[in-house]
Amino acid sequence: MSAEQDEGSALLRIEELSVAYGRRGGRPGRQVLDSVSLQARAGEILGVIGETGSGKTTLARAVVGLAPVSGGRITVDGAQVTGLRGRGLREFRRTGRVQYLFQDPLRSLDPDLTVGALVAEPLAATGAGSREQRADRAAEALHRVGLDAGIADRLPGQLSGGQRQRVALARAIVTRPRLLLADEPVSALDASNRNHVLRLFDRLRDELDVAVVVISHDLSSLAGIADRIAVLYRGRLVEQGPTAEVLTRPLHPYTALLTASAPSVRREHSIHAGQLRPRADLPGWALEQHQQGCGFAARCPFTSDACQVAPPTVGSAGGREAACHHASTWREQLAAPALAT
Amino acid sequence: MPTSQPERPDPAAAAPVLAVEGLHITVGGGRVEAVRDVSFSVHAGESVGLVGESGSGKTLTCRSVLGALPPGCAVSAGRATLSGTELTGLDRRGWERLRGVSLGAVFQDPASYLNPSLTVGRQLAEPLRVRQGLSRADAHRRAVELFAAVGLHQPEQVYHRYPYELSGGMLQRALIATAIAGDPDLLVADEATTALDTVVQAEVLDLLGRLRSERGLALLLVSHDLAVVAEVCDRIVVLYAGEVVEDGPTEQVLAAPAHPYTEALLRVASIGDWSRRELAVIPGRPPEAGQAPRGCRFADRCAHATKACTEGPVELRPSGPDRRSRCLRAAELTLSGTAPQEVNA
Repeated sequence: MSAEQDEGSALLRIEELSVAYGRRGGRPGRQVLDSVSLQARAGEILGVIGETGSGKTTLARAVVGLAPVSGGRITVDGAQVTGLRGRGLREFRRTGRVQYLFQDPLRSLDPDLTVGALVAEPLAATGAGSREQRADRAAEALHRVGLDAGIADRLPGQLSGGQRQRVALARAIVTRPRLLLADEPVSALDASNRNHVLRLFDRLRDELDVAVVVISHDLSSLAGIADRIAVLYRGRLVEQGPTAEVLTRPLHPYTALLTASAPSVRREHSIHAGQLRPRADLPGWALEQHQQGCGFAARCPFTSDACQVAPPTVGSAGGREAACHHASTWREQLAAPALAT
Repeated sequence: MPTSQPERPDPAAAAPVLAVEGLHITVGGGRVEAVRDVSFSVHAGESVGLVGESGSGKTLTCRSVLGALPPGCAVSAGRATLSGTELTGLDRRGWERLRGVSLGAVFQDPASYLNPSLTVGRQLAEPLRVRQGLSRADAHRRAVELFAAVGLHQPEQVYHRYPYELSGGMLQRALIATAIAGDPDLLVADEATTALDTVVQAEVLDLLGRLRSERGLALLLVSHDLAVVAEVCDRIVVLYAGEVVEDGPTEQVLAAPAHPYTEALLRVASIGDWSRRELAVIPGRPPEAGQAPRGCRFADRCAHATKACTEGPVELRPSGPDRRSRCLRAAELTLSGTAPQEVNA
């Protein structure tokens, strides 16, 4: 029963998604995502964190049909989107039910269109309403992101970075999407503007009851707004769970390394990043490029022979999941004096 | 040559490596003043952080120290000296003698400072041959040593790699190796870790700290991120709308800021308390360059501003031993910093 409820309430369901680039004929290609499962409910913000090359952008692109899915499936609002091609994919995109917000608003906004035209454009693509109605909806969207109606006549080049990202956000919400994918939405902004845009996400998910996936390499951006956080490492989901718990008591050594590495004006981390960097005597197999085991083995101070087998994703209380053979024991090893030397 | 100075002078007593005094910088061909009366110094083995929002003048200040101001920008008053050399008015030749010898720098986007069609090793070895007159073999050996010194694994292999084959963190390490190759007195890091992943950023910051203590480098770090500055810097200089609004030892400034702008920056910064869900913003926007009001430039965004604040220019005044603040009310206000405080629940 509870599983069925889960099924019904998740707006975005990603099940064992695998993506491989450069697959042709019999060649396997390069695996970028490996059996990743995630969900996001309406009104929920899911944070996806990972370093460059972890597959976090590919994950979002797969949802909008921009990445070559090699396995698994994705459903949005009950409709399967994996396998959509040609007309089906175009029609799905035109509905505007899923919107994608890019990192760099200066490059994703047409420099020759006014703000008003930019924001109304996705509506024109859906073919909804008259020109006046679209202009009204665009004005409403601008209002929702806290921008003056007067800004509608300006060009993107005349806006500040924070304003541009808010215009991009208005453009994304104008079609009243059910799912919003935001790829590094605040990484180009300074701290105050960053928080401003993050607060908008927080407000809009309530106002619009939209599921939001925020992708970031910056923990502090996600810490403020995400309900849950998923951590990707080299295409695998290594940990996920409620934000505060994942960040304050990580189960996976990589998550621990991330939280310990995040710069802070107040040193409160109990673990220092230096304690989590790999030791010199890593077993030889861990350093092999294409080893089959745990992808983090080469960078993990707790690597043991068990890690030659890829760790399964294990769920624990409170909706937490982690994929690490040492999830329950590495903290003890951290305290052990043998490691300190 | 007789000299009264000891070999390894006490940093506090010795002349600073970099001294900036009353620096004014104009933009737009001299019409608009973007940096006003900025003074600070960096001693050997010390790290100083310039922090502020975009448009605060931190980058212009840093670029003037590097002799790399963008076209249309010029130092209109004040002076900067590096290891005794006057930087203001230095000609192209003079800068070339300093760069890579007394002065090293790393920037935000490492890939754009490297030639994509040469191996990184060659790009490091070549200046060693030109500047230090090393032979081909010696330059190679020295380059590999430097790569090892900045923590690049398998430096001998890295030497033969092209920039596209290395990650952002490795490229930044390679550029740090280039910057320290001439054993400079001052290393300038302008948003050098901003584009890096969290884990790599922490590693590069650790590296900068290590180079500073091992080589007695003076480090000038420019960042919009107070948290980054807090991690590495002994002293912090807070810039707002082209002026220094506060400076002092990092710990003291963060624990108990003496300027409301520093307090605001602290509120919006990452504070490392993951369970806290609060996203503060600083209301309003900084004044455009040249549009600054007569009085305190932060007054219209400041929660503590009074009428007196807007009436006339506010001077940068001592707010404690070794600390300065450009706030009229610095003495009477109790601003919240990272120091534990009574919570009004």
